[in-house]
Order: sequence, then C-alpha cells, then structure tokens
Amino acid sequence: MSDRQTKRAPTALADRQAWLGTLARAPAAALAEAWAGLNPKPGYRCVRGPETGLIMVRGRAGGTGQRFNVGEATVTRCTVALDDGLTGTSYALGRDRERALYAALFDALLQDPARRTVIERDLLDPVRGALVAKESATARKAAATRVDFFTVAREGSE
Amino acid sequence: MTALTIPTAAGLAEPALASQRVFRQALEAMARPGTVVGTEIVLAPPAPLSRAAGALILTLADFETLVWFDRAAQSAADYVRFHTGAPLAAQTADAAFAIVADSTNLPPLTAFALGTDEYPDRSTSLIVEVESIAGTGPLMLSGPGILGRRPLGVHGLAPDFWHQWRTNHRAFPRGVDVFLTAGARFVALPRTTTVET
Repeated sequence: MSDRQTKRAPTALADRQAWLGTLARAPAAALAEAWAGLNPKPGYRCVRGPETGLIMVRGRAGGTGQRFNVGEATVTRCTVALDDGLTGTSYALGRDRERALYAALFDALLQDPARRTVIERDLLDPVRGALVAKESATARKAAATRVDFFTVAREGSE
Repeated sequence: MTALTIPTAAGLAEPALASQRVFRQALEAMARPGTVVGTEIVLAPPAPLSRAAGALILTLADFETLVWFDRAAQSAADYVRFHTGAPLAAQTADAAFAIVADSTNLPPLTAFALGTDEYPDRSTSLIVEVESIAGTGPLMLSGPGILGRRPLGVHGLAPDFWHQWRTNHRAFPRGVDVFLTAGARFVALPRTTTVET
C-alpha cells in the first residue's frame, strides 16, 4: 500500500489528478450507471464519510495577485477502502452523498491497472466528452454576445 | 509535513454523536479520578491503539492540536492524522496530546508540556496504553473528585511511573494529565490526584 503511494511516478500522479477531476464533475447518473454495470462488484468499506461540509474557496486576483477568500462552497467528500486494500477519495461540490461515494469507489478502482482500461472506456471517456461538449456550448453562447470595442477616429478637419 | 498514507480503518461512525458521547465520558472520568469507564463506541483502530485510546484521540484531537506518538504508536499516526487533521508534534514538549503505546518506555513526564503558572492548560494530555485496569487494587487515590479514597489496579506501567506521578502532582498548577487505556476501558488521572502505592 505505502509503496504504491510513495513510489508513484509523477505521470501516475497527473493521471490520478485528471481522473479525480473528471469524477468530481461527473453527473450522478453516469456514476450510478457505471457502478451498476460493474460485475463483479468489489467489496468495500467507508473509511470516512460520505460527509458534507464547507470549504473555503480561495483565489488570486488575475491568477497572480494576493490570495483572497472567494467564498464558501458546500462539498461532499468520501474515502473508501476496497477489500484488496486500495483506497479511493473523492471531493465533489454539492450535497449528493451517493455521488461522492461512487466517485471514491471509482478512484480506488482506477488505481488498479487491471480495471483501469475498462473504466476509462465505459465511464471516463463518455463523461469527458459530455463535459467538453457542455463547455464548448457555453463558450459558443458567450462568443455570440461578444462585443468588440473600437474607437472611431474623428475625421480630420482642416 | 510528511506524506500521509490513507488508512483503511474507519473512524467514528456518526462522528458528531459518537465524539460527544466519548467527550462526556472523558469529562466524567476526569471529574472522578480513578473511576474505570467503559466505552461502548464501535471502533476498530489500527494496532497498537486500543478501542478506548482510539475513541479518546479521535474525540479530543483536531487540526489545532499537535499530537505526539511514541515509537510503538507510529503505525497509528496516519490513522489519527487522517481522521482528525491533527498535525504531528516533533517533540514531546510541543504536544497537546501524546499517545504512548509502550508504557514501559514512557518518556519522563517532565519532558511533556507542563503549562505555565499563568496558563496551566497549555500542557500535554497523555493517553497511555496499559495491559489492564481495574477498580480494585493496591493503588489508593485521593484528591478533588474523590470522596475519601478510591482503589485502583493498573498492570503494565513502568515501575517508576508512580514516583514520577508524585513529582507531577507536586508541580500543581503545572503538570500533565493522563488517561490510562486498556481495551475498551479507560481511567483518568488529573494532576490533582494523589496516588499512594
């Protein structure tokens, strides 16, 4: 267990960060459906949570300025341990405990190389696709209302 | 801060309710030194933590309290850090709480934070694992919270502990407070308690 965690290569860390981000944004229905489709389902135990609380979201003005508190956000977090010893953790905005539980379970399962390919294909790829589509739809709408400012030069008078 | 390995052992179920119950028991134990208290909390902390020690530290520690672990208790450090958010104390004198799993190698009580005359509360509370505790035995306790004298039996403490305890008692208002734990049972020894061996 500890070897797996301490000796993880940087790319593996980046991989995990990427799937944790996807799981945190994945709709509850997609997670529930993917869990229902798992066969056989692994045995697991909740180590912490799922529990709901507040976190302070912090930002930097312009991404570089002084750190300031943006505001509090409701998050639900969960940590599970599979029967084979792998642990998974999730944090997700909102109060959906079931969603946090499934996200933590998939985080644990994704650390198992034997299972990763299937989960990537059945859960992460479709969710990523939907997220990208949603983002580009928002970007398109925003782009449609864009205003370009320009200054009309006063005509020179002699 | 060293990296934390996520433990596979669960913390308190229903943390708010369970910790309130344990806190109440800890208060009762401190108010009536030498009374053996049994916790009914369902908890399976990793070795070498007993159920009582686990329940106490999960209840008492939080992100502001530094916790010190003796060498034997190191294996439970991540469990406590994960569930409470408590930082590790580098030295015994920094610790708000100390977990001692090997009571025969207990550091001198004076090595822990004893508080000051102005702030005697800035002292370490020790949780010391022992083999067994009983409400009967050769020890005779007296002091605040005890009507007359109260007997106590403890197995598995270093022989010079009670000698050290006398010194600790004399340092009042400074000094450490101790919880002795064994299995699901614990007993409190606040610094005000006199122990005759």
